[in-house]
Amino acid sequence: MTGGVTGAVGLAWLLVLIPFAVAAVLLLIGRVGDRWGHWLGVAGLVVPFGLAVAMLVQMLANSGVESYFVKWFVWLQAGSLRVDAGLQVDHLSLAFVLLVTGVGSLIFIYAVAYMAHDPGRRRFFGFLNIFAGSMLLLVLADNYALLFVGWEGVGLASYLLIGFWQQKQSAALAAKKAFIMNRIGDLGLLSAMALLFSHVGSVNFVAVGPSVAGGGAWVGLVGCLLLLAACGKSAQFPLQSWLLDAMEGPTPVSALIHAATMVTAGVYLVVRSQFVFTVSEVAMWAVAIVGVVTLLMGAWIGTAKADIKKVLAGSTMSQIGYMMLAAGLGPAGAAFAIFHLLTHGAFKANLFLGAGSVMHATNDDVNMMHFGALRKVMPWTFLTFACGTLALIGFPFISGYYSKDHIITAAFDKSPVLGALALLGAVVTAYYMTRLVILTFFGEKRWGDDVHPHEAPGLMLVPMVILAVASLGAGAFLNNHIVGWLAPVTGEPPEVPSSLFEFTWVTGAAFGALVIGVLAGWLVYRRGPVNESNFLLRAADAELGANAVNDVVVLASDGVTDSVGVVDRYLVDGGARGIYRAGMGLSTWIRGLQNGKVRSYGLMMAVGVVVIMVAVVVAGQVI
Amino acid sequence: MNENYYLVLAAILFAIGVAGFLTRRNALLIFMSIELMLNAANLTLVTFADAVGDLTGQIMAFFVMVVAAAEVVVGLAIIITIARSLHTASIDASSWLRR
Repeated sequence: MTGGVTGAVGLAWLLVLIPFAVAAVLLLIGRVGDRWGHWLGVAGLVVPFGLAVAMLVQMLANSGVESYFVKWFVWLQAGSLRVDAGLQVDHLSLAFVLLVTGVGSLIFIYAVAYMAHDPGRRRFFGFLNIFAGSMLLLVLADNYALLFVGWEGVGLASYLLIGFWQQKQSAALAAKKAFIMNRIGDLGLLSAMALLFSHVGSVNFVAVGPSVAGGGAWVGLVGCLLLLAACGKSAQFPLQSWLLDAMEGPTPVSALIHAATMVTAGVYLVVRSQFVFTVSEVAMWAVAIVGVVTLLMGAWIGTAKADIKKVLAGSTMSQIGYMMLAAGLGPAGAAFAIFHLLTHGAFKANLFLGAGSVMHATNDDVNMMHFGALRKVMPWTFLTFACGTLALIGFPFISGYYSKDHIITAAFDKSPVLGALALLGAVVTAYYMTRLVILTFFGEKRWGDDVHPHEAPGLMLVPMVILAVASLGAGAFLNNHIVGWLAPVTGEPPEVPSSLFEFTWVTGAAFGALVIGVLAGWLVYRRGPVNESNFLLRAADAELGANAVNDVVVLASDGVTDSVGVVDRYLVDGGARGIYRAGMGLSTWIRGLQNGKVRSYGLMMAVGVVVIMVAVVVAGQVI
Repeated sequence: MNENYYLVLAAILFAIGVAGFLTRRNALLIFMSIELMLNAANLTLVTFADAVGDLTGQIMAFFVMVVAAAEVVVGLAIIITIARSLHTASIDASSWLRR
């Protein structure tokens, strides 16, 4: 199983197998496991985290080796196509593994307390482990086919988890929506794989990389198809609308989807496939434009939602949009996409766990109009949430300040329009987060008399505090290392930021955007909720017509399937029925001859004899 | 001896048998018509045997008579059984096997 690779890296398959094995145990063992199943579930991700840290130590020690290939067995062998079940451990996949296992472990621990009163907690942890295991397989696979297995596993697990409370109609529908929209993206990935196989003859990353370098227009097509796949998984325009509905799932699931195991997969795919995008200018622009459009849409939606989780979901769309924008800038931005992804993983998990804590305290209310003044009753939640907020809006020297400003700088280098729009997104980000924090934690208390908010239990607070610290420090910690660390995969960017205290005009502009956004938010919401019924906000509350568009698409495709159904019913089925009806008619007619009347049989016999005799005579004449 | 007279007579007898077989409803009369046809065939066989000078045709006629006798036994038994249950010898009444 080690494939000649020694040390902790040789055990890479365990990263994938442990969560799946744990999931199998949890889902099959039955009620016996109800008392300890959740802790086994936590172990199913904490152990891989330990292993990932050991792998990091080993890779840092052997800095000469950039990637390890851990083959297990030949998975598919058909004609000239050969796909191994093999893992590729390199700097990019290890960064993802650390994010998934690290942030994921904290969310798992949080979920133990959050789901304490849910009868389905063991099953919940089973699904969570499938989720984490699939994501690890996705980021570790050394070829597109194996990546696709993890990709589908993530889709399945997200379906199971979003619809975890399937007795709620809305949750069941949201799960289906997420699943179907992801299927559309999967089509892109499958088509891209088919194209790669027909042109390159392999779907291995290392084999595809050099082969596409001299490619023609088909490489651009591959890039666009990969972008479609990434749009589905990462909730980017035009496949974004499932993410807001996905808030129907339990909050730890939202945190996991947004921070670690789901929406990041699209960014990973684009960055992993940099060799495709660097060849095709068109595909790169497509990625960047999709990113900009989504970052503005997400931020816009975030300004109007009254549901605290949906504001954060809009925010995720927006931040993933930043990452896609960066990934579409080529070597200049790809490393920053991953940088922002890592810091975002920490602070968005932090924010979601905070939102979960608020919901936990208010009988699962999500409407911010019913909150207010919560900072007094839940100070720890407020403090950790504030850390996450500062990181998200890019307060100086806190995570987002480093990761987002790099992206904005790189966008300006590519095109002033992209940069300006990214800066506009930063203004709106600061605005909606200010609105969220003021409505939730400040002002008069607006909750009902039957609600008794209380601070979260310790088991929930510990992960929140750890993530808050990570939110504050991850940017500064990673800033000087991340670009060099990812350079083997993403290519060397033109300028490597060297100092934590380097100021450019973009830094100033971004800080200005932050101040404008926060001030605007404070001015509007300082006295509590306001009447939010202007045109812009109503459009945002309706998710910018995404669902209307979906309805039209679905109705149109309904029309297509209906017309196909008509053809099937009347042409194909009609043909088949015609044949059997003809047979029926013929046999009914022939059956009529057998009428049971002896004299009619006799007549037939006589006629038959005469016919035969005439035939014999005529034949005799002829011959 | 001119065989043609015998052959024409046989043909006439056979035609009468066929006509009776097709037009009569009474099972016994149909039976008689069948016997008429068999005897017409016998006459033909004997005629040709005499003309050719070979006894095979005459022996064949005896076989036909034996078989006809056996057939009469079976056939009459069936007709009597049917007549007992249906109280008629009409051949049109006995079409219930089809149902």
